[in-house]
Amino acid sequence: MPEESAKRLAIISTHGTLDMAYPPFILSTAAVAMDMEAAIFFTFFGLEILKKGRIDKLKVSPVANPAMPMKIPNIIAMLPGMTPLATIMMNSWMRKAKVPKLSELLETAQDMGVRLIGCQMTMDVMGVKKEDLIDGIEIGGAATFLEFASQNAITLSF
Amino acid sequence: MSDLKADLTLDNSGLSCPMPIIKTKKAMDGMKVGEILKMVATDPGSVSDIQAWVKKTGQELLGQETEGEKFVFYIRKAK
Repeated sequence: MPEESAKRLAIISTHGTLDMAYPPFILSTAAVAMDMEAAIFFTFFGLEILKKGRIDKLKVSPVANPAMPMKIPNIIAMLPGMTPLATIMMNSWMRKAKVPKLSELLETAQDMGVRLIGCQMTMDVMGVKKEDLIDGIEIGGAATFLEFASQNAITLSF
Repeated sequence: MSDLKADLTLDNSGLSCPMPIIKTKKAMDGMKVGEILKMVATDPGSVSDIQAWVKKTGQELLGQETEGEKFVFYIRKAK
């Protein structure tokens, strides 16, 4: 590996939605497979991903999401039942393409040593306790993430 | 290419990104330097991904071929 090549991947996850939860796990596990270190900092709504039993229940909204293959106007997309419908459709596309479930990617990430950091400040704001979150994660703040990211890292936000 | 003798064969058929490179990495970790891994995948993205993976990890891609819908890679553990 060339010396100037980045050795770390530091990701900030701020959206607790199905579509936005995938890239951090795909990229961080791939990074470790490429002999890099990886960390994901889950903050604001991203913390939802780390809540016990939540990861396979994340949803995708069809509202203000013009890239959804299911073309429906916002006025209809906002009706009750449309978000669950969009979620069922997206999950079925993912299954068909044999993309692992988020819980499987999470397990792979933990096995491979990806650092999963839950944001303490978000926990305080949203009233989330450590026991509400899955086992084996770290709790930390901005400095925890920045210390990791400050050393030869690629940084991304989702 | 198929005259290369693989020490281990890993079939990643049906798996999508990022699983082929993750499983390749895990398989390589258990091999000795100099040994050859034959990796089979059906994900078309793996053609580009394996090239990027060997470049970053310092392993050696001896060659690749296509067998129908399958992509076959021969990778030598260089370090």
